[in-house]
Amino acid sequence: MRVNVTVNGEQRQADDVWEGESLLFMLRERLGLPGSKNACEQGECGSCTVYLDDVPVCACLVAAGQAQDRSVRTVEGLADGDSLDPVQEAFVEAGAVQCGFCTPGLVVQAHDLLDRVPNPSDPEIREALAGNLCRCTGYEKILDAVRLAASRR
Amino acid sequence: MTLTPAELTSAVSGGIGTSPQRPDGNLKVRGEFAYASDLWHEDMIWGATLRSPHPYAKIVSIDLTEALKVPGVYAVLTHSDVPGRNLYGLEHKDQPVLAVDVVRYQGEPIALVGADHPETALRAMKKIAVVYDVLEPVVDMETAVDDTPLHPGGNLVRHVPIRRGSQDVEAEVVVTGRYEVGMQDQAFLGPESGLAVPATDGSVDLYIATQWLHVDRDQIAAALGLPQDQVRLTLSGVGGAFGGREDLSMQVHACLLALYTGKPVKMVYNREESFYGHVHRHPAVLYYEHGADHTGKLVYVRTRMYLDGGAYASSTPAVVANAATLGVGPYEVDNVTIDAYGVYTNNPPCGAMRGFGAVQAGFAYETQMDKLAEALGMSPVDVRVRNAMTEGSVMPTGQVVDSAAPVAQLLKLVQDKPLPAGTSSDIRELPGGVSNTTHGEGVVRGVGYAVGIKNICFSEGYDDYSTARVRVSMVQGELAAAVHTAACEVGQGLVTIMQQIVRTELGIERVTVLPMDTTIGNGGSTSASRQTYVTGGAVKAACALVRDKLAGRTDIGSEVIDETTEWRHRATESLDPVTGQGNAHVQYGFAAHRAVVDVDVDLGLVRVVSLDCAQDVGKALNPQAVVGQIQGGSAQGLGLAVMEEIQTSGGKVRNPSFTDYLIPTVLDMPPMSIDVLELADPHAPYGIRGVGEPPTISSTPAIVAAIRAATGLALTRVPVRPEHLTGT
Repeated sequence: MRVNVTVNGEQRQADDVWEGESLLFMLRERLGLPGSKNACEQGECGSCTVYLDDVPVCACLVAAGQAQDRSVRTVEGLADGDSLDPVQEAFVEAGAVQCGFCTPGLVVQAHDLLDRVPNPSDPEIREALAGNLCRCTGYEKILDAVRLAASRR
Repeated sequence: MTLTPAELTSAVSGGIGTSPQRPDGNLKVRGEFAYASDLWHEDMIWGATLRSPHPYAKIVSIDLTEALKVPGVYAVLTHSDVPGRNLYGLEHKDQPVLAVDVVRYQGEPIALVGADHPETALRAMKKIAVVYDVLEPVVDMETAVDDTPLHPGGNLVRHVPIRRGSQDVEAEVVVTGRYEVGMQDQAFLGPESGLAVPATDGSVDLYIATQWLHVDRDQIAAALGLPQDQVRLTLSGVGGAFGGREDLSMQVHACLLALYTGKPVKMVYNREESFYGHVHRHPAVLYYEHGADHTGKLVYVRTRMYLDGGAYASSTPAVVANAATLGVGPYEVDNVTIDAYGVYTNNPPCGAMRGFGAVQAGFAYETQMDKLAEALGMSPVDVRVRNAMTEGSVMPTGQVVDSAAPVAQLLKLVQDKPLPAGTSSDIRELPGGVSNTTHGEGVVRGVGYAVGIKNICFSEGYDDYSTARVRVSMVQGELAAAVHTAACEVGQGLVTIMQQIVRTELGIERVTVLPMDTTIGNGGSTSASRQTYVTGGAVKAACALVRDKLAGRTDIGSEVIDETTEWRHRATESLDPVTGQGNAHVQYGFAAHRAVVDVDVDLGLVRVVSLDCAQDVGKALNPQAVVGQIQGGSAQGLGLAVMEEIQTSGGKVRNPSFTDYLIPTVLDMPPMSIDVLELADPHAPYGIRGVGEPPTISSTPAIVAAIRAATGLALTRVPVRPEHLTGT
């Protein structure tokens, strides 16, 4: 099938999409946007988090066809040209990035949190990020990054 | 075409001892860093692997007829299509690339499919008809040696005995125990993946996530029947490793499909397949007896331990040696009897995971130290300090510890940290959290301590070295450097460290990290907490050669200075096969933890309230990265303490998913305050001491000690499950 979808502000079209494909597969393998990650592909790790019409979702749990005529914003769509979003900048500065495989999902999730709650408490940050697994950092520096980004927005 | 991470050049500056940003950091936060599963090539096809559903079975027949009829299928391959040696392995070549007439674990690869879409490959795979004669699996590590032999030499992979001092001395106070450690998974987030691209001359390029490019290359070339120079590897982006990428997974498979079809082949495991596709941490059963005098001074330690290697040897021999040589922990003991056994079973193959044998022993000997403290009426810290190793202490192997061993100091540092406030009234900070299972009723608090020891770098006489190349030329009127190695960046930050070393050694700010590949010599494995030590040493040595040629010049015109060198750490010795004596290790690392927990004793739920650590790192080349390693290692120890286990039944994995195999989330992790000591090791570059593994060893026993202190339960097995706490 053919899917028409707005991705990061651009109208995109994917052809020959198999009905069983996920939005994640379409983004990664058909639209050249592999930033959203494939750590579990079962909705447990959050590494594929993208905005679907401004709501964060696990792209692995959304069928590609469900994105028809909707708007998707991925981690590749957060920076403004060369200048990083404050959340992205804070992740690098705070040492929240090691292997980085969880990072795109966490960056999108934290971006959404700070849009909704500009100055979140630690329990609020933990709750918002509870669906995003990280195996490298133990999360301390991810919390530092979110606090840093909040202080700058 | 997306094939490999770009050269990494960052505008930031900073030599050793500072914390510059990672050169790959911006790419990673933008989603533009190319991991192995992100690779793409025109005309590529997808590979899939048919795996055994049985832990132990004879293969009676394999029929590919129907699979080959599926439209979109390019190839279906079995062992008969492996042109070279169909066996590989890190220490023993005992593992088939594709099974021949027997499968020895659930998930063992049998056949490969190459197709135009991953779904096509899966559908074709299901049409491969395999007839099995199912056999009774060997699953008990304690009796495996006397059970059905699974390999020609029997089921004993390695026995490491250690005998030191008197073997029959007696003591005033004796404590004994039997301990179990469950099978932990590395659970790196980036799945096994890679892209194999065939060349017209019959050679192949593989873009891959791994921990050791050269040993992968050698094993792949042997299986493909190609000279080593016809198999070229380039490191792709690696989404974590933790030991799980030391063994081959899809490397040979993707290359086989690529050479047969003439097309680029991408293989990406999903999470379920990943659980079958890599080795795990050895589960273990450990028997210990500690004898002490009435002052708490250890008189003897005797232990017998079993480590379940599963179906194939992988790195079991080295894991067993670690468990044995580090088996009494960071304590002085004159009389030691150790027997460590690594065995074959039909459980999933086990090999390297962060801590590598020291984790299993650490849980047991630290639990014994707590038991000893209780028997003597001493505090857990006092009994440890009473026996703490120092510089000059002698290991059970007879090796003298010849650099800092601040065991007592580390314990006192965590002991002296302020304790967290009492049990919270906010349900988000109670066991069970927003599940709203308690408002504080039934919740008890406990505090626990542990300390651990880990060997750094490769041991037992292994020629452990790395190769580095540093090139300097003029760029835009100033000196610029490029550094090239085959040492794998897996997330730990080696790329940053190499830039820092070059800046410090040459005073050149602009440093590019070239892609890691096999066009340069061996970089050794990214394991054993060794890369900053060994590859860092190689980069430092290459810089010294460049510096000689620079001779103080800041303008070298059109000249290019390009120096490559190998660097190796001091030699080690093998262990005596009867007494286990020998200077087997290069360096020892130490960390101590204090854990505070709240336990809901009605429901068996645990919340770790704080997990503080003190560790000696010799010299913190990058303090931010060092703390990140310690926090990450502590988190994996927390996972083993209270949630992480691959559960098997009759050799079958019961929980191959992130739904059922739990790793800590941000809600499970407490604040972690880290104290870093920098007591330089005079034998190591810059005095550094490997950082990655020590915190994973002491974290687990400290948390379990805290749960024990809260509940009064014995808790001799990790992970601790709710039913262990409620008795139901």
